[in-house]
Amino acid sequence: MKLLSYFRGEAFQRGVHPPSCKEATAGRAIRRLPFAPRLTIPLSQHIGKAPHPIVRVGQEVVRGEPIARSDDWLSVPHHAPATGVVEAIELRPSARGPWIQSIVIRTHPAATQEDLWGIPRDLESATSADILQWIWDTGMVGLGGAAFPTHAKLTVPKQAKVHTLVVNGCECEPYLTCDHRVMLEHTDALIAGIRLAMRATGAARAIIGVEDNKPDAVDALRAAIERDRRPGDDWETGIFAEKVPTKYPQGSEKMLIMALFGVEIPSGQLPISLGMVVSNVGTLAALGELIPTGRGLTERVVTVTGPGVARPGDYRVPLGTPLSFVLDYAGAPANAREVIMGGPMMGQAAASLDVPVTKGVSGIVVMRSRDMQERERRNTYPCIKCGECVESCPMGLNPSTLGMLAAKREYDLMSAGYHLGDCFECGCCTYVCPSNIPLVQQFRVAKQILREKAAAA
Amino acid sequence: MSSIEIRSAPHISGPRSVEKIMSHVVFSLLPVCAFYVFQYGISAAASILVVTVSCLLAERMAVRTGTQSGNLGDWSATITGVLLALTLPPGFPLWMGAVAGFVAIGLGKALFGGIGFNVFNPALVGRAFVQAAFPTAIATYTPSFLPGRFTEFIPSTLAWPLMAPPGIDAWLKEKHLDALAGATPLAKWKFDGLVAGADELLTSLSGHMAVGPSPLLILVCGAYLAARRYMDWRIPTAIIGSAGLTAWLLFAWNPDHYPNPLFMLLSGGLILGAMYMATDMATSPVTPRGMWVYGAMIGLLTVVIRYYSGLPEGVMYAILLGNAATPLIERITQPTPFGKGVFERKRKTASYPLHPGYISREEASAVTPKKQFLKNKPKKP
Repeated sequence: MKLLSYFRGEAFQRGVHPPSCKEATAGRAIRRLPFAPRLTIPLSQHIGKAPHPIVRVGQEVVRGEPIARSDDWLSVPHHAPATGVVEAIELRPSARGPWIQSIVIRTHPAATQEDLWGIPRDLESATSADILQWIWDTGMVGLGGAAFPTHAKLTVPKQAKVHTLVVNGCECEPYLTCDHRVMLEHTDALIAGIRLAMRATGAARAIIGVEDNKPDAVDALRAAIERDRRPGDDWETGIFAEKVPTKYPQGSEKMLIMALFGVEIPSGQLPISLGMVVSNVGTLAALGELIPTGRGLTERVVTVTGPGVARPGDYRVPLGTPLSFVLDYAGAPANAREVIMGGPMMGQAAASLDVPVTKGVSGIVVMRSRDMQERERRNTYPCIKCGECVESCPMGLNPSTLGMLAAKREYDLMSAGYHLGDCFECGCCTYVCPSNIPLVQQFRVAKQILREKAAAA
Repeated sequence: MSSIEIRSAPHISGPRSVEKIMSHVVFSLLPVCAFYVFQYGISAAASILVVTVSCLLAERMAVRTGTQSGNLGDWSATITGVLLALTLPPGFPLWMGAVAGFVAIGLGKALFGGIGFNVFNPALVGRAFVQAAFPTAIATYTPSFLPGRFTEFIPSTLAWPLMAPPGIDAWLKEKHLDALAGATPLAKWKFDGLVAGADELLTSLSGHMAVGPSPLLILVCGAYLAARRYMDWRIPTAIIGSAGLTAWLLFAWNPDHYPNPLFMLLSGGLILGAMYMATDMATSPVTPRGMWVYGAMIGLLTVVIRYYSGLPEGVMYAILLGNAATPLIERITQPTPFGKGVFERKRKTASYPLHPGYISREEASAVTPKKQFLKNKPKKP
């Protein structure tokens, strides 16, 4: 009840509580997915410039070998996810719809697919710059879904100083459990990754924020932190695991910092303005695993779930595996009507099943017609001004008025008078709207139009 | 897997719908209606029925002719009808009730474009119209718990269409009651200086009192709605708080001239208005701060109208004025976005200190930007 949250100091104001639907996969160990006969690696799968291929058609590649790289700072290399032959470098469909340049690898059926490519690293004497360079070489991007290059995120600007690394283990999206399983099964790799990131950023303290619906993960983390205890770790330096209240969108970095420290990051600024860097647990666990042996990112943990999936679970999926292959293996229903890449609140519906799993895909949620019926049967009404959206917007905006302005195409007023730029498209307003108005969709359009206007000006 | 659809996130939706919200309001009004019928007998039942049906008919016509959006299934016209009937006197002529229902939907809602677009609460628009059109009939109350109320109609109920209702004085004399029994507690106080006790008003059980639906029951039903979050709790709290405070201040200043605040709160339609009329979603502000301002304004206006105007009752006009002021209130009470507060809002129960001890204060302030959010607004790259 919202009334009580006024008196109970809640993590952050407002927000929603969608049904978690995590039971089907939370208790199952991560399993490995076999290699698909053909893997497609889109060159552009992260924020920033796409790298260019450094292999030729017909060339044989071993698993882990770099196949694309770029000198651009906001761009990361790609590595061959399997041993095989480069079959084509051509346009292939992407999740958004447009066809983009991709490298297609035909897997060698007889290969052992052992990850042999790697440069052993000397972790003891590494400097911060070394570690950042290694992270860049790994091809790591934020595995939580945003796919922002990790080395860029961990690079501290000259005038700033970082005191805390905030590790995001909230996983507030319904259905997804990949971070949960990683925290349980790869705890030591995660702690190692956190130590590396702390050295890279110069943070003396790391705090892992985990939603309180994952108490087992918190226990596992605390046990691993105890094993990893270094001399000099006291109550304000070292690594800590902390429970935060379960609430969507707790996994947003601003909301997590609010829950942990009780401060608001000023609008339009990054956590670094308060001396913090936020990173996802999946990213850091992968770093802890890959950096010591100098390997590249070739696979990631993906939650494959949905009401009709026969074998839901968290799978270790080679990057580039087509969705159809993943869904067949997990036993997705034949009458699937919507395949969501990511969580149901912010994820993107795949345009086709030929689309590959990329670095930013944290989950694949399959919905059948039956699961969408209830929502589809609902009528759309004009805004009845119930104020639900205002009471659920974590950013404290007024989606009701913004929606009416969007319908009138008053995009400039939306941005100037009603802070449209602060919206991070969490979808809470659309989720709660009793009139079934596609508010966040309208805001996305408005923001895009404003961006285009700004680019044209 | 033949074909898949592309949709835009979020792919799931919450449990609430307009139908659910509106039907809950109607269901929560049913106990209030039942008690009202128990108080006044078949006249009240006929009044509720006729007014509601006329509202639904008007809504149906407006939807059919394309004047407004929405449909009967959204229950909003039912709410209007039931609320309108509860604000009318129990012996109100049925044909006038039907006119009120048509005006409520036609002028109050369809004219603006239907559900969500109306500026004024439709039930109050209907009530305001009949108050202006039929001033005698709307001021004619009958006492509650009359013997034989379940077998005979109050004579004014069955007036012929377009005919003035017969006076009920003779009918009341038959029942051995004086004419004063037909005045509402507010009218008695306004014109005769008699103040009814709070307990009688609260339950409406004492009998031979011309009161409306029981405030206690309305409070309980409204509290249920607020607890299930089908209604906003801020507006009734603000109205009752503001009206109570104003009445109490005046009472404390001059107890001889002003009645006690409990009488002010429990008489007339204040509780019904605060719980069900002012909280009408479409006509009240969406912003939480705006709801407080709106409620406070209505509470204050109600007391001012009751004390200093020629009318005994002021809730209706206070709410209509509040409705008119809603867009303005909303404009000045927009919520403060996250990270844009002029004052740094700090939660007391944070798990960790922001600045650990090993970082000196000077260093910390070197990292933390100065609190000049408004001045140096970050430029977008």
